[in-house]
Amino acid sequence: MHNQTIAELAKGLQAREFSSQELTTAHLARIKQHSALNCFITVTEVEALAQAKIADQLISDGKAGPLTGIPLAHKDIFCTQGIKTSCGSKMLDNFQAPYNATVIERFNQAGAVTLGKLNMDEFAMGSSNETSFFGPVKNPWDHSAVPGGSSGGSACAVAARLAVGATGTDTGGSIRQPAAFCGITGLKPTYGRVSRYGMIAFASSLDQGGPMTRTVEDAALMLQTMAGFDSRDSTSVDKPVPDYSKGLNDSLAGLKIGLPKEFFGDNLNTQMAQVVEDAVAEYTRLGAEVVEVSMPNINLSIPAYYIIAPAECSANLSRFDGVRYGHRCEAPEDLNDLYIRSRGEGFGSEVKRRILIGTYALSTGYYDAYYLQAQKIRRLISDDFKKVLSEVDVVMGPVTPTPAFGLGEKSGDPIEMYLSDMYTIAVNLAGLPALSIPAGFVDQKPVGLQIIGNYFEEARLLNVAHRYQQETDWHQQAPAGIE
Amino acid sequence: MALTTEEVNKIAYLARLGIDEQDVDSYAKELSGILNLVEQMSSVNTEQVTPMAHPMDQVQRLRVDEVTEGDQRALFQAQAPDVEAGLYLVPKVID
Repeated sequence: MHNQTIAELAKGLQAREFSSQELTTAHLARIKQHSALNCFITVTEVEALAQAKIADQLISDGKAGPLTGIPLAHKDIFCTQGIKTSCGSKMLDNFQAPYNATVIERFNQAGAVTLGKLNMDEFAMGSSNETSFFGPVKNPWDHSAVPGGSSGGSACAVAARLAVGATGTDTGGSIRQPAAFCGITGLKPTYGRVSRYGMIAFASSLDQGGPMTRTVEDAALMLQTMAGFDSRDSTSVDKPVPDYSKGLNDSLAGLKIGLPKEFFGDNLNTQMAQVVEDAVAEYTRLGAEVVEVSMPNINLSIPAYYIIAPAECSANLSRFDGVRYGHRCEAPEDLNDLYIRSRGEGFGSEVKRRILIGTYALSTGYYDAYYLQAQKIRRLISDDFKKVLSEVDVVMGPVTPTPAFGLGEKSGDPIEMYLSDMYTIAVNLAGLPALSIPAGFVDQKPVGLQIIGNYFEEARLLNVAHRYQQETDWHQQAPAGIE
Repeated sequence: MALTTEEVNKIAYLARLGIDEQDVDSYAKELSGILNLVEQMSSVNTEQVTPMAHPMDQVQRLRVDEVTEGDQRALFQAQAPDVEAGLYLVPKVID
């Protein structure tokens, strides 16, 4: 049962081959069986079985939608009413959200089942899931490797078939990079497409939630529920949501693919480049046309991002002050002591580094040189994409420079870690949609293909990615010991 | 660009962020490394470029000026470390 996709399971539920309660029980058992992967921070067994019971009733009443009764799990960055929402941090280890994020609310309304809350890098700051207060997650393909981050628990849970689909969030690659490392499909939608209400903020102009699934078809189903205007998010975009499943099989004849030459430089190992080239060759067999393009400013993405994201993070995380919720230190001497010690004890070292950099970049005398300059470079990068996407339909390239690296391999060197995001960050700066799909293996570890589209063209991206999954079986491979 | 330990302590205070004394040196080193990484931005001529704060160039939406949120103080304060009579308690600010 656990090897089936959302689309397949929905049919089975409709045909009463099994109930949502059976399906949910089976997944809860798998979560226990594979607890060593450390995917989950909280398993909501009682709530999940109650939701499954309601879903079974909806199905027998003929009121089921495509996600009714499907067991999903959510990154612990999404607020869930009455359930611990830790954001991977000691700061929120005692926090039970008083309300649901819009994304959670939408899945509840669709009748989906929530199995629990997934492990992640602390406050989504990390590329390996090693900054989590709740310990690292293992890559299901190689237990000595990282699953990627920050949505590492999400990627691992889907790859290990512990949840049929999961939510993730992507600020600089946090959906696409772990999806690539764990051999699953991950979509970061256009900024503003999915509500950020109740999604704990890291860098507000970059954060975007999206689906992580085994197939593109499933990603379309999850996005259908997640996407749409929300008046409670001031950056939500009021634009109609198309039917994401409708055009999945559209022909790719005449599709114009742009390959930025900057993506294929010395940083990309040759085996990784080969995987991308093979995938592109598959597209030419499907009738696509390939052109080389140039994005001269893309090499400035990492510098611009590592000012903008920490600057926004230092402002966003000022709300964690030990006064209204979250961790408070013992016996504070005065108000400053309360702030300083509560924050000092509640945050881990990577979060602290980013708060410090952000505070510095925004401080008097440095603002113009760092923050303003980074915003100007953000414009240049965004303009590069605008130009290229006026010439081609989609841009393709690698997701990461290497396959999943080892646990502990980069955790001692923040800059090494930052450089692993070099192919994903520019998309967030521009606010574009992009996805990662499995496209091969290097050193027995999965490798992703990144496809970037124009604003609000998620349906086109899903179509392009789905057609590839009709021709290949990379997305159907399962890690050893998982079957 | 290298940050001194004094600068690190000053930034940490501005952020009201406690860092262990024994970690200040390594923070100074790591933060200096990050500043070196971002240094390459300074060589780019951006005189004519409009800063981009946000991907969508949106304007703030306006809405009718009416109450849309009910009073949920008791619910929210149930999460608080210390409250009394509907107020959040902190150590004395003024002697």
